[in-house]
Amino acid sequence: MLNPDSVGRTFHGAKPVSVTQSEISAFAEVIGESDFSVAPPTFSIRLTLEQSQAILSDPEVGLDWSRVVHGDQKFEIHRPIVAGDVFVTSATIESHKVLAGNEIVTVRSDLHSTGDLVLSSWSTLVVRA
Amino acid sequence: MSEVGEVLAERVFWIDREMLKRYADASGDQNPIHQDEAFAKSVGLPDVIAHGMLTMALVGKYVSDWGGGSRTVKEFSARFVKPVIVPSGEKVDLTVSATVSELVEGCARLTISATSKGVKVLGMAKALVAF
Repeated sequence: MLNPDSVGRTFHGAKPVSVTQSEISAFAEVIGESDFSVAPPTFSIRLTLEQSQAILSDPEVGLDWSRVVHGDQKFEIHRPIVAGDVFVTSATIESHKVLAGNEIVTVRSDLHSTGDLVLSSWSTLVVRA
Repeated sequence: MSEVGEVLAERVFWIDREMLKRYADASGDQNPIHQDEAFAKSVGLPDVIAHGMLTMALVGKYVSDWGGGSRTVKEFSARFVKPVIVPSGEKVDLTVSATVSELVEGCARLTISATSKGVKVLGMAKALVAF
């Protein structure tokens, strides 16, 4: 069970995350996108999901990642991600509730570049009872 | 010029195991439920299932093609209501359609439908797209 004290906490990425052209191209190719000049709208999940997993699995936070199912996902994209971007990342546990024994956790991930917010995404994760 | 109520042409994407492997590598999500049939069944799934985020990425392609490219997509959200089940050796459909539900400051809000084998796989799917 998630530690209730962690709701509202923001965790900062240990180091900046760089985006390469080959990462964008590989992601675009899978979905049949031939324009590699900007990242596809959902590309940022590659940059943020691992961080969310690391944060929530921390013993202090206490989520059991092995039983996590992705419930829903939302992106707000202020400008497209391009190769060469370097992001400062953070993740905030926005909410936590228990419904019929299942835990429902919403995590917001923010990507900042030189102080500007480039993208926010919200992942709602369901930990099955 | 778009108007509220405009219905976008339906499009079918085909998903197979090879695409799941490529998406796993491109996204970094190597959860075995998306690649290993024995593992998927061991955790109670009917078969290997597609990454929800792959489904969403393909719908993102549909939306961005309509807007004129990836850079036109400003907001995008969906709920994963049912998995896309991908049996070995099969290509399964992801059938996508959308309606313009609102026009706001040079952008259209799309309400999106996504099904596989007739089953709704995304709920509450919406995008805000510049056009």
